[in-house]
Amino acid sequence: MSGILVLAEHEGGQFKKTATELLGKGKELAAALGTELNAVVLGDAPASELGAFGAAKVYQVGGDFSSYATLQIVAALAAAVKQAQADVFLTPATYTGKDAIPRLAARLGTGQGSDCTDLRVEGGHVIARRPMYAGKAYADVRIDGKPAIFTVRPNSFGQPSPAGGSAEVIAVQADLASPIEVQLVERRKPEAAEVDLTEAERIVSGGRSLKSKENFDSVIRPLAASLHATTGASRAAVDAGYADHSEQVGQTGKTVNPVLYIACGISGAIQHLAGMRTSKVIVAINTDPDAPIFEHTTYGIVEDLFEVCPMLTEAFNKELGT
Amino acid sequence: MKIGVCIKSTPDTDARIKVLGDGSGIDPSGIKFIISPYDAYALEVGVQTKEKLMGEVVLYTVGDADVQKNLRDGLALGADKAVHIDDPAAVASDALGVARALAAALKADGAEIVFTGKQAIDDDNVQVSAMIAELLGWPHVYFVTEFETDGSTFTATRNVGGGVEEVVKGNLPAVITADRGLNNPRYAKLPMIMKAKRKPLETRDLAALGLSADDVAPHVHVSAFGPPPDRPQGRIIEGDDVAAKVTELVRLLRDEAKVL
Repeated sequence: MSGILVLAEHEGGQFKKTATELLGKGKELAAALGTELNAVVLGDAPASELGAFGAAKVYQVGGDFSSYATLQIVAALAAAVKQAQADVFLTPATYTGKDAIPRLAARLGTGQGSDCTDLRVEGGHVIARRPMYAGKAYADVRIDGKPAIFTVRPNSFGQPSPAGGSAEVIAVQADLASPIEVQLVERRKPEAAEVDLTEAERIVSGGRSLKSKENFDSVIRPLAASLHATTGASRAAVDAGYADHSEQVGQTGKTVNPVLYIACGISGAIQHLAGMRTSKVIVAINTDPDAPIFEHTTYGIVEDLFEVCPMLTEAFNKELGT
Repeated sequence: MKIGVCIKSTPDTDARIKVLGDGSGIDPSGIKFIISPYDAYALEVGVQTKEKLMGEVVLYTVGDADVQKNLRDGLALGADKAVHIDDPAAVASDALGVARALAAALKADGAEIVFTGKQAIDDDNVQVSAMIAELLGWPHVYFVTEFETDGSTFTATRNVGGGVEEVVKGNLPAVITADRGLNNPRYAKLPMIMKAKRKPLETRDLAALGLSADDVAPHVHVSAFGPPPDRPQGRIIEGDDVAAKVTELVRLLRDEAKVL
């Protein structure tokens, strides 16, 4: 056994988009390498369904993974990777990908390529391409450890269509308890459950031109809601108190990779662009025709966001029935 | 209390990054190097912890001779000593190799808590901190925005994504990685900058850490540096009035870009 192993994340009994995205890409890589595609699932989820996306086997680690616990995840994945004898391990660059996966890499004495935006096969190896310097440069990464671990930026690849078929589910036993695991004291969830910025397919961001938190809340949030989008903000807007720092997009905030990014009243400083420049479609609304952001947009509107945004919200509400 | 702070010397956030002609890396000429911004939050929480609990803050970094300038910057911000791991094999290594070198130094010096930034803003790898914790056999907490310790236990708030924050507690020793929002790093005043010149800054190579070049041989090979992929030319939407432009944008998003 060997091949490509994909971490299939799930929530509420359903596989997340990152799971199917990575299986779709993994299937392509496995075919090019002439090897098998398998998946690993932590805890309770309909594992055999992953066969529809090309997984031959799903290694399912039993246990209660409902609460995030770093060392439990590392122990579970180490056991699954070992049992699968994976050559390549693909995971999404989500919290798990940043918090637990490097720990796994160290435990296994192998290498990791982080936040990769492309993967290909060359010379019998998987080569990743990834952004560095906040996206100002890109480079190829090749790993000679086993498994070669790549964490992938969500939405780097499209969603595959299910082809039917079910995977063989193999139970993995692992000793998950760790004496050094930290203890959860309290969990604070936001009121509106928006998709995490780093995984969001659509984002609407506001800048300092909103002038007040009240304006930000009454102009940007309804526009985001009309698109089922997640709300983001520039650093200037966060510093001015219009939005929470967990909503900040940019070099010292979050890096996002949506299909659609709408920037309202954001000038496009280098540090902001660093956080969203790989978005597939970028729309900017700004009264300044010379704003740097317009050099990076797919579509731009040089008008006042206080006029444009409410009209857009109404139009999207009609278009999408929101 | 022995407090270790791991820092990295990185280009300033404003730096114009140019790729070398042979694709082997970026052109460092003309770039101002700073302590990576997230490491600045780590240094600040380290110094605040020292001020509260009495102890010593020691900076650790892997790099070539140029990093000593940034180590002096860190000493001016309240660190007591600096350790420069100066060895070509360590500098040429990958995240795991760097983590091995740092962990060896931290262990040799008896560090009881380690603060780092969540990522270095040059390679954006987000790996070394967790790897140090694994190599030391300590717990780690990632993306910390609030932190408290009494010297033997700690409470930290971590950002786990989706706007969700978790408050966790654990025992020292631990590795704590700082995120933006943890604190506002102090500025170095002139007396502190002058004092920093006399603080101890020592150099160690891998042999001094009990490591060989083989111990830090990289598994990760980076090559073919290039600029970001080109974005196709965009357009400014024309129209008689705002309403017309909005209508056109919605049409384009629906029919041309097909993102609705």
